Amino acid sequence: MKQKNRIDGGQIDRDTKLRFTFDGHVYHGHAGDTLASALLANGVRLMGRSFKYHRPRGPLTAGSEEPNALVQLRSRARQEPNTRATTAELFDGLTATSQNRLGSLSFDLLAINDRVSNFLTAGFYYKTFMWPKAFWEKVYEPIIRRAAGLGSLSLQDDPDVYDKGFLHCDLLIIGAGPAGLMAALTAARSGADVILADEDFRMGGRLNSETFAIGDEAGADWAAQTVAELAAMPNVRLMARTTVIGAFDHGTYGAVERVSDHIATPLDGKPRQILWRIYAQKTVLAAGAIERPIAFNNNDRPGIMTASALRSYANRFGVAVGRRTAIFTNNDDGHRTAADLHAKGLKVTVIDPRPDAPRSMGYEVLAGAQVTDTMGRLGLTFVQVRFSDGTDRTIECNALGVSGGWNPNVHMTCHQQGRPAWNDALAAFVPDALPVGMTVAGAAKGDLSTAGALLGGATAARTALGLKGRIPKMPQAEDAPVSVTPFWYVEGASRAWLDQQNDVTVKDVKLSHQEGFKSVEHLKRYTTLGMATDQGKTANMGGLAIMAELAGKTIPEVGTTMFRPPYTPVAIGALGGRHRGQDFHPKRLTPTHAWAEEQGAVFVEVGNWMRAQWFPRAGETTWRESVDREVLATRGSVGVCDVTTLGKVDVQGADAAAFLNMIYCNGFAKLPVGKVRYGLMLREDGIAMDDGTAARMADDHFVVTTTTANALPVYRHMEFVRQCLVPDMDVQLISTTEAWAQYAVAGPNARRVLEKIVDQDISNDAFPFMACGDITVCGGLRARLFRISFSGELAYEIAVPTAYGDALIRRIMDAGAEFDITPYGTEALGVMRMEKGHAAGNELNGTTTAANLGMGRMVSTMKDSIGAVLSRREGMNQSDDLRAVGVKPIDLADKVPAGAHLMAADGPVAAAHDQGYVTSACYSPNLGHHIALAFLKDGSNRIGEIMRLVSPLTGVDVDVEICSAHFIDPEGERLRA
Amino acid sequence: MIIDHPLLGPRDSAEFTYMGDARLIDRPDPDGADAAAAFFDYAYLRDNPAGWHRELWFHEAGDRSWLVVTRNTLTHEISKVELAREVARAKGRSK
Amino acid sequence: MRYSGFRVIKEALSGHKGWTPAWRDPEPSEHYDIVIIGGGGHGLATAHYLAKEFGQSRIAVIEKGWIGGGNVGRNTTIVRSNYLLDGNEPFYEMSLKLWEGLEQDLNYNAMVSQRGILNLIHSDGQRDAFTRRGNAMILNGADADMLSTADIKKRYPFLNTDDARFPIKGGLAQHRGGTVRHDAVAWGYARSADSRGVDIIQNCEVTGFRIENGVCKGVETSRGFISAGKVGCAVAGNSSRLMSKANMRLPIESHVLQAFVSEGLKPVLPGVITFGAGHFYCSQSDKGGLVFGGDIDGYNSYAQRGNMPVVEDVCEGAMAIFPMLGRARLLRMWGGIMDMSMDGSPIIDTTHIDGLYFNGGWCYGGFKATPASGMSFAHLLAKGEPHPNAAAYRFDRFEKGLMIDEKGMGNQPNLH
Repeated sequence: MKQKNRIDGGQIDRDTKLRFTFDGHVYHGHAGDTLASALLANGVRLMGRSFKYHRPRGPLTAGSEEPNALVQLRSRARQEPNTRATTAELFDGLTATSQNRLGSLSFDLLAINDRVSNFLTAGFYYKTFMWPKAFWEKVYEPIIRRAAGLGSLSLQDDPDVYDKGFLHCDLLIIGAGPAGLMAALTAARSGADVILADEDFRMGGRLNSETFAIGDEAGADWAAQTVAELAAMPNVRLMARTTVIGAFDHGTYGAVERVSDHIATPLDGKPRQILWRIYAQKTVLAAGAIERPIAFNNNDRPGIMTASALRSYANRFGVAVGRRTAIFTNNDDGHRTAADLHAKGLKVTVIDPRPDAPRSMGYEVLAGAQVTDTMGRLGLTFVQVRFSDGTDRTIECNALGVSGGWNPNVHMTCHQQGRPAWNDALAAFVPDALPVGMTVAGAAKGDLSTAGALLGGATAARTALGLKGRIPKMPQAEDAPVSVTPFWYVEGASRAWLDQQNDVTVKDVKLSHQEGFKSVEHLKRYTTLGMATDQGKTANMGGLAIMAELAGKTIPEVGTTMFRPPYTPVAIGALGGRHRGQDFHPKRLTPTHAWAEEQGAVFVEVGNWMRAQWFPRAGETTWRESVDREVLATRGSVGVCDVTTLGKVDVQGADAAAFLNMIYCNGFAKLPVGKVRYGLMLREDGIAMDDGTAARMADDHFVVTTTTANALPVYRHMEFVRQCLVPDMDVQLISTTEAWAQYAVAGPNARRVLEKIVDQDISNDAFPFMACGDITVCGGLRARLFRISFSGELAYEIAVPTAYGDALIRRIMDAGAEFDITPYGTEALGVMRMEKGHAAGNELNGTTTAANLGMGRMVSTMKDSIGAVLSRREGMNQSDDLRAVGVKPIDLADKVPAGAHLMAADGPVAAAHDQGYVTSACYSPNLGHHIALAFLKDGSNRIGEIMRLVSPLTGVDVDVEICSAHFIDPEGERLRA
Repeated sequence: MIIDHPLLGPRDSAEFTYMGDARLIDRPDPDGADAAAAFFDYAYLRDNPAGWHRELWFHEAGDRSWLVVTRNTLTHEISKVELAREVARAKGRSK
Repeated sequence: MRYSGFRVIKEALSGHKGWTPAWRDPEPSEHYDIVIIGGGGHGLATAHYLAKEFGQSRIAVIEKGWIGGGNVGRNTTIVRSNYLLDGNEPFYEMSLKLWEGLEQDLNYNAMVSQRGILNLIHSDGQRDAFTRRGNAMILNGADADMLSTADIKKRYPFLNTDDARFPIKGGLAQHRGGTVRHDAVAWGYARSADSRGVDIIQNCEVTGFRIENGVCKGVETSRGFISAGKVGCAVAGNSSRLMSKANMRLPIESHVLQAFVSEGLKPVLPGVITFGAGHFYCSQSDKGGLVFGGDIDGYNSYAQRGNMPVVEDVCEGAMAIFPMLGRARLLRMWGGIMDMSMDGSPIIDTTHIDGLYFNGGWCYGGFKATPASGMSFAHLLAKGEPHPNAAAYRFDRFEKGLMIDEKGMGNQPNLH
């Protein structure tokens, strides 16, 4: 198909012809086109439907502020809803479909909403759909929800990858228009490290869309040459297709680089986009300005756009939106569009409400006239014009450019809660309070002329970098003064759109005011003005102006809504980066991981660790079979378990014992060298924080263990106490969790196995229960041995430097072969600790006291320790406090599941009668029935009581007996054997 | 945010873990006459100012220093960063 | 004026000329029986219930800016009563029941949408904890449902169950949970309170309390002194700032919580879902935006904005469970200031100053609590004693060691 609206000129590559489809129709465009410019070149103005009324829409702009021309770009898993056709770079094979329609784009059944729009005014839904009560969720809301949203997600996993990166620079320049380019040139020539970022794929900003000269060359050529000069400098990083999305604290900027969005699929190994975190010493914001429309009846038809957009399409893309064009402008800049289009040979009429509008020899100017209405169902055909004398005229045209003046792009100056200031000459907000380190230049600052932008850019860079000396002479450029007489909407306008995407009209703003929603925030929230995907970049000022007029206030008195990041919407995939799937969090592997994989272990995530959960053997069909076997084998002979993940902290120094005395609620000062002690740590609020052991390796050296889950917070807490509370203690800490591979060897044959490996005497006399020491293994490898037991069996924990961890497990398995040594996983570990009644994470849940755990007497009153004072508060020491107990079923076939609650056997089942809850539960293969640990009110005095255990959530209601938590070997004979 | 570590220079705040008001250094005397009241105040009550705030940050992904950062809670501006250990010593804490 | 479908049609046919302001804009009187400081959800709800349920009159709500401009207008709109502890669950269940009748009570459609909330489970320990919680909910008269991974996959077929770092092992659902159009809550309460004679005074900042002999006599404001029989403070986020004017220090820190919304998308998420192995929760509004959030930034702040690490952390969580969200775009991020209390639970109590009452410390649970908070605070203000369902929310619980610590994080507010 011929590109019927393609005209001469522009910065497109006419030699490169690109084929693309929109709603299945095939079109052609050129390299350098956007999807919107290519469609317009093909005579397609209708590109979308509005949110609420499903009004036919075409592009309003030629940039990222676009509210209307949103499409679903690409297809299948790469479908991108709500993509702005005005910024989507054309590539060969591009496919796009229109969205938010029922039926076809030109015949949308939901356009019925437009016919009944009088019933669907701002906030109508707050006033109705309330009767009958059940109908809101059953009838009304489903209908509303079906109409919700714009584009659709594919519901398939995003196939592309996203990267994250970090950059540092002396000067970040946001925007590569005349101000940004001159700032970059100035800074780069001074030797500073410069990053110049622009959201467009072609740097140059408005220069690419204008016919101005800079010096004696065309503006666009000057831009291209400047970019080339910058590209050749090693201290400059040019980042086209990169949107700076937000200004965060201390000079940190977020930026999204669209690496592959301009090609069909990312090149091999390349990401789709990169999220950059840029640390900038200083920043120049040169983000330009955005032209604002004027509101008049039916100002939203395809073919109606900002005058500057018409100019961009003509000058940059070689596209005439219409062969016959009207311009409605209240300022001289609108006339530039007319002049440029006229120069391209197009027929132009300018409608200017100013009686003294500038005259032209080339085209018709209707001074003192206003556009009062437009016609054309799917695209503009006529505009209706009213003259100051009240007479009307209809003008046939298929493009209408609207200019209400320019709004400096202050967005990013407000990201840290700075508010802009009102500028009367521009009738616009300009930057005022700025983020630390930011300066603003060019149109973003309100310097709307090219000469002003060039000088402003140079000055901003010099100010930012503190450059001295005389400012170099700037090239010659247009320097037209700018003055705007505000003109926001045509008198009598009602169905005149302010927010085109969300269908907010002048009438809605008036209704909002009438109903008392007068503040900017109320206006926005009640009408949804400015809440669409463009965040009101072209809409908000008009709404503000009308609200100000209704309230009899000035615009600055009414205020402005807060600009929030991101500057334009950002793919969630880019913000997520590579942290997805298996890479969501790093995996920490234990020293036995490879060996355990060889054994066919099933692994479980414990925090970021992967731990062997059980080791299935041939013939075992359920996990319980494996776990029961591991438990019985360990208690029957010997088992081995990797416990490396437990936190380990080395504590050294003359005051090490005194330090541990402070950290643990129980005493450590008198622990002899070569002995281990169980320790309970409290938080300062008196609640149990963690438990573990401390082994005294030497007078001034302890090895502390923590639970796996609390390794990090406990270490942090210890450092807090050391540095902030007892800064002069002679004590040093270091986490050695990763430095030592540590295995529990447990069971009646544990000693026999280890004797074959350990070089020293570890007989019961030489190395009794709770002994510890530095040893060697296998003929000289340094190691540590602790005779401690979580399982309740004769047990040791043996540690070697991590590098030898794999070798050690294999050596232990060899040595244990004659005893049928059995590797066991975290499940068997859990079963054995429950059989023994040891507390673990489910019991140490951050709300339990030492007394709850049955360890109240451990809290020493003879010394100071963290948490001791507050643990004595009355509410934590009541007679019916929870106590740890054991629970077993009366009918031994019953389960006693964790999370079930305990009720009196004959009492009601309700929260008011709740007596406690089961924390941990398992099947005990040694006892042949399920067992559980629980917290029960006054539990220590209720041993033997029959109670009711209920879990209405999971359908459990069983009779249980309260018993000691020490199900196995309560006297501890095994572990001392 | 960027915290200018007194030993290591500027570092992204993401390397740090935050705890709270630097008054947590002022742990009361557990043997004092009104220890219970003093510990309640210490553990639970906060000035929580809108403005300058001295607060504790831990360089968890770094050198494991606890720092006292003076930061404005309205603007996030940081005016001073000190080693908590030195602050504690200056307050007379010892062993 | 009564709102109804009939009224909407009538006005549409007559040029919408009959609509009147949703609330008046009165000048403050010299004296009120009760002055509520804070025109947010809680303050406005308190005024509504004081007037409607407790027969109080001569009530004013004074607000330094515009009503509904604080956290009621910047949250993620979720309502639920899936709490564990005795001190909390009856209170939040009362709140959920009040939500269920809110529209009829207020004659305002706040779009209470009980689409359900689902907490994903990723470990056995988590399942144990959620089982205990689900049982506590049921025992307190709320609803709870333990779902299998297969059940969940049916509702969310695009959840990542194939390649997840932390596999989904089930979920605890509360089908009566859901979302409410947050701004409309403030407006609905305001309109109802106003219609019952409550003066809502906007742009009136409290600069101090007038306290004589330990009795609060009223408030100094930017619009002059307002005398009051009782003064109730409901300014969560700024509680410490306000109460410092009465020389009170609170067990509260102010922290920033960020929230996010995507571009409008055709409906994909049926209800609210929370990731149990990262910081991400999400729902989809009736307008089509995905509304999501995660953890607080973690440092004391009164700035209503956050920083990139948390934004990225939340989106990493999003991609972990919903890899299909990669091409959805984040449209807007914002921050709200939370009263993070020392045990993660709120305070509704008298103070040591006669006539001065406090409501705050809501952490990030404040929105869902709005009706119950208003009802309980109104009860306290009208009767001088706490509502039975809010009796545990006392100041002295910290001194006595009776913390209500759902997460078990202790006296470090940023961990709750």
